[in-house]
Amino acid sequence: MGRSYHTIAFDAQKCNGCQECEKACAQAKAGVTDLVHSRIKVSPGRKEGEWGLALCRQCAQPLCVMNCPGGALSKDPVSGVVSWDESRCVGCKLCTLACAYAGITFNQATGQVMKCDFCGGDPACVKSCERGALQHLTGSDIYNEWGDLEDLFVPGISACLGCNSELLVRHTLRRVGPNTVVATPPGCIAGVGAVGVNGLTATKTPVFHPLLTNTASMLAGARRYYNRIGRDVTMLAFAGDGGAADVGFQSLSGAAERGEQIIFICVDNEGYMNTGVQRSSTTPYGAWTSTTPVGSVLRGKTRDAKPLPIIMLMHNCEYVATASTAYMEDYYQKLEKAILAAKKGMAYVHVFSPCPTGWRLPPARLIEAGRKAVQCNLMPLWEYESATGDMRFTHPVDNPLPVTDYLSMIGKYRHLSAEQTQHIQEHADRQVDLLRKFMQQRMDLAV
Amino acid sequence: MPDTKYLIVGSSHAGLAALEAIRLADAEGSITLLSKEGSLPYSPTVLPYVFSGMADADRVFLREDDYFKQMGVDFKRGSAVTELNAQKGQAVLETGETIGFQKALLATGARPQVPKIEGLSDCPFQVLRTLADAKALKSGMESARSAIILGAGLIGMHAAESLCEAGLQVTVVEMAGRVLPGYFDAKASGMIKSIFNEHGVKLLLGSPVTHVVANHNGCGVSLENGLDLSADMIMVATGVIPNWECLENQGIDGAQGVLVDDYMRTGLKNIWAAGDVTRSKSFFDNSPTYSGTLPMAVEQGRIAGASMAEDPGVKPFPGAVPLNTYSFFGNRSFSVGQAMATASGKKTEVNLIHIPSSNSYQKLVFNADRLVGAMGINSELDPGVLWRMIERQVELGDVKEAFAAKPKEIGRLLMNNLWR
Repeated sequence: MGRSYHTIAFDAQKCNGCQECEKACAQAKAGVTDLVHSRIKVSPGRKEGEWGLALCRQCAQPLCVMNCPGGALSKDPVSGVVSWDESRCVGCKLCTLACAYAGITFNQATGQVMKCDFCGGDPACVKSCERGALQHLTGSDIYNEWGDLEDLFVPGISACLGCNSELLVRHTLRRVGPNTVVATPPGCIAGVGAVGVNGLTATKTPVFHPLLTNTASMLAGARRYYNRIGRDVTMLAFAGDGGAADVGFQSLSGAAERGEQIIFICVDNEGYMNTGVQRSSTTPYGAWTSTTPVGSVLRGKTRDAKPLPIIMLMHNCEYVATASTAYMEDYYQKLEKAILAAKKGMAYVHVFSPCPTGWRLPPARLIEAGRKAVQCNLMPLWEYESATGDMRFTHPVDNPLPVTDYLSMIGKYRHLSAEQTQHIQEHADRQVDLLRKFMQQRMDLAV
Repeated sequence: MPDTKYLIVGSSHAGLAALEAIRLADAEGSITLLSKEGSLPYSPTVLPYVFSGMADADRVFLREDDYFKQMGVDFKRGSAVTELNAQKGQAVLETGETIGFQKALLATGARPQVPKIEGLSDCPFQVLRTLADAKALKSGMESARSAIILGAGLIGMHAAESLCEAGLQVTVVEMAGRVLPGYFDAKASGMIKSIFNEHGVKLLLGSPVTHVVANHNGCGVSLENGLDLSADMIMVATGVIPNWECLENQGIDGAQGVLVDDYMRTGLKNIWAAGDVTRSKSFFDNSPTYSGTLPMAVEQGRIAGASMAEDPGVKPFPGAVPLNTYSFFGNRSFSVGQAMATASGKKTEVNLIHIPSSNSYQKLVFNADRLVGAMGINSELDPGVLWRMIERQVELGDVKEAFAAKPKEIGRLLMNNLWR
């Protein structure tokens, strides 16, 4: 398998041209603040306030390397960094002709070419950017660490185009591994073939199809049986919001209270999507569903969503977290903790799961919707660990975007009035405030 | 069964670029890479720096042995090919050995062209195309006090500088009216010429040679204008001719370069060609053109490899763009595209900046809304950004004015945006 590499991402919208990154680079690379030594270059644009960036992209097939007649440039197969060997450089500058992005440039002060070397893995420019316009993306680690593991979900399942649940199940099973019993109650995941068609299942682990009402209790029973015969087998539920917050709630609540050793993943797509997009208790206020229609009187759902993650927080679970496939590294870290926690008691993970079909969302924008939901504080990412009593935001959002940035992407909110939007904004603010208070409270208790 | 799926003849830039492109699309297929040299692969472009002493002859190799192991490539050194037979799908080596192939790439490059000048063949002269040449030139230089170089192209000018730095009295003789006539306009060539003159290099331009004679201390060169020159050594740098002979007698003529299509196919069954051995279409007018530059060899090699491996992502060759960088006596220069053009009519516009005090010169050539050429001496522009703007035919539209005013910044911004 090939490798995947870290990268530096640039968000032009957030850049104000302060050149702190250039100063940090010159300082890191030459020990001086003279910007002539900076490998990263902010370029003024056509209009006031428009900024571009010239920086080595550490290309997969670097043309500078291929065009170097002296063998002075090479790509490190482990770090992915394209490095320059001064002792082999003949000064021909063909690399500056090969690079389309001014990623390797001539330094007037030294009379040599220079390029970004990623500061050995901890780029100084990124740390200097207070506005977050530069980000050091490390998501490739997931691929490098887990990419060789077997995909335990078969190809060819009948999920809708761009289905978030498929992405989630593939990643989760890969990480949790084959020593697992999976329960998927009625819902999309069972419906796409996870529990089988004509006697064949789509998971390469044992899987069963409990009722919508008894997922947690059946899984608890299976776990107790394995415990009795002395086998440590992971119990994993993929239930929709219906199977967790509504119909499946009493068995989930009971299992959590009893401390059953299971991982319960609620795949929250905010409604009954596989049966025709009906409302559930986690459908947000204002959302269109087939049972909360939009007409002259009704304007989508009239009640706020049930805050199931917070309710589960009150259940003495070993571990409770919210997650999103738009923040995959965060999800992997939480999965790691959930696997360990489920050896002692219940690990509950609530995954925000945009649904292209039921939400009227273009599949290509699914991950973007997941990101925006977090950035607007509509789906704050947090976790609670009973072992330490620690509760924290895993992706704190200091300057949240307005909820309209998220709502305007999605068809089920197209009809919203200003008042409804206002309601959603206030609700989001209240929820985050409530979470903060919980975190504060727990810290007070710890002191 | 053929012995190898892919046979690559020649292991410099085009051959190596093809190899990598093949491996991207075909992880398993057997690849045999042949080099007529006994060494690891190297670039002819590095040679002027080898004899100038800038590069260490033992550390100029483009790849190590390990690399070929990792890529699953059978690299055979010392394997000159005498015949690459399309019908039989077979290569015949100088040793008589044969290698069967499914697909073959001819990337054998070129060799120095020796002009038909009376007496030249009887006179010992130097050329520069192989490591052996560079070493011979280096040792020849040590005992010489003066040198005559025929040709003021890149090789001739590089050699002139190195010989001058080594303390020799150097005279460059060029038929054309200016130095580096393939890349620089009269103004830029003039600037380069004066820098050479300041360093004591004599440049005789517009001076065809009539004959050469070997004499007691080296050789004498007589020019058409009646001048007679004499020096301890003579170097010929009057261009190259493609190493295409292994395709002879198969119905194509490659004397001016093996003509290739947009996917580097030669027209012979299962044979592709890339780099200095080829002629390909010109980016600007589609006419067959000989490039002979390193960047074009890389571009063509990548396309040839992708095409050979049937990579669905293969993109057709947009056409050859004349381009190069050139550094001399601490100065740097580049030329990309139709940089020699002069303003004409409404369509072609030229934007010039010349700062004599800092020896800097910058020229941008526009055709209507597009950049079509650029040239610079000690200019801060990024030649790579300009090349791709030309190649992608970026319509500048309402950015044109801003670009002309701040070509470095706006060029970077445009490429940055195009990348997304």
